[in-house]
Amino acid sequence: MLRIENLNKSFGTKKVLKDVNLEFERGTISMITGESGVGKTTLIRCLCGLETYDSGRILYLDEDSKDNKSIGLVFQNLNLFPHFTVMKNIIYPLIKVKKIDKRQATSKAKDLIDMLSLKGLEDHYEYQLSGGQKQRVAIARALAMEPNYLCFDEPTSALDYKLRDNVGEILQKVASKGRGVIVITHDRDFAKKYGNKIYELKNIDN
Amino acid sequence: MDYILEITPFLLDGFKTSLWVFLITAIFSIPLGIIVCLLRLSRIKIISMITQAYILIMRGTPLLLQIIFVYFGLPIMGIVLNREVSVSIAFILNYAAYFGEIFRGGINSIDIGQFEAAKVLKLSKTTTYLGIILPQVFKIVLPSLGNELITLIKDTSLVYVLGLGDILRAAKTLSNKDATITPLFIAGAIYLIFIWFVTILLKRVEMRLEYYK
Repeated sequence: MLRIENLNKSFGTKKVLKDVNLEFERGTISMITGESGVGKTTLIRCLCGLETYDSGRILYLDEDSKDNKSIGLVFQNLNLFPHFTVMKNIIYPLIKVKKIDKRQATSKAKDLIDMLSLKGLEDHYEYQLSGGQKQRVAIARALAMEPNYLCFDEPTSALDYKLRDNVGEILQKVASKGRGVIVITHDRDFAKKYGNKIYELKNIDN
Repeated sequence: MDYILEITPFLLDGFKTSLWVFLITAIFSIPLGIIVCLLRLSRIKIISMITQAYILIMRGTPLLLQIIFVYFGLPIMGIVLNREVSVSIAFILNYAAYFGEIFRGGINSIDIGQFEAAKVLKLSKTTTYLGIILPQVFKIVLPSLGNELITLIKDTSLVYVLGLGDILRAAKTLSNKDATITPLFIAGAIYLIFIWFVTILLKRVEMRLEYYK
């Protein structure tokens, strides 16, 4: 379980997060909704260590994880490495961080490529991919690191309805493998359709 | 024509000096430029400030003066270097400052998302820079890097100040001796051909890096 306790975050004098308390479980999809500017992205950035917070705690309570802070992120603008092929985007962190050899990394990446319908695109670069394909590569890259929790920042913002459902199905697949899925979205229909839990962040008065 | 054939070997011999100054500077100042850039971007203020001062001095004073300082000035402090080493040190330090700033511009133009993606994937800082950032920076800065390398070729003529015989010095000597400007034209043509060759080489490297957008 991943628990956020009384999290507070300000940017200068502007308070963005005030006493946020949330819990995320593995194997479920948690949707975080709310209007623009309520701090959804800031919250997820705090979870992933990209942002510091002023006070409060983020507790990783999974005992089976060697790396307690096992949490991945699929960015809204994906941030694929443009000079790497699809395959290298996936295997590079595996080789460099998990220290597994290239052959093993490639075999693992192939499984993810199959799962995310990316077959045939292994040697493509980012600029050769469609929006949906890029997103699936970003998901594959994050999943390859086997995080206990995987966050998605507005995964449906640039997608049409068909692709939106496609993403929803991927989220379900990821959760079914025992990972906690945390999704930031302003799309309430999507949240209702695919979320096991829905949290709504509200604007706070300064 | 006979005169041109007669003086060309003499000029080419002078060109050897220009060539080694160019090569040694290019080989050492580019990696050093990357280090200068990283020190300049350091969050430790004192390191960044010292690097800024170094860049200011290197870019703010003539290279000719720096060559003179290394050869004639350092012996006052007990450091005696021969002409070749003095020239190499002055050129490398000077060009590393320029390259450092070029790389800094390149790193600053990389989307912050690339650093963040690397961080979330738990890549180390070294891996992030070597594997993710610098390859992209290199593609961005290559045209500016090429410009500097071409300037460097022409700057090599400054070694005359220490009495090293480069191509321009050879041409001037011949020109004075034979009372003709032909050697200077030949020297110009040799420079032009060499710069043309380097330009083609740089273009090829640029094309190689065109594999992604």
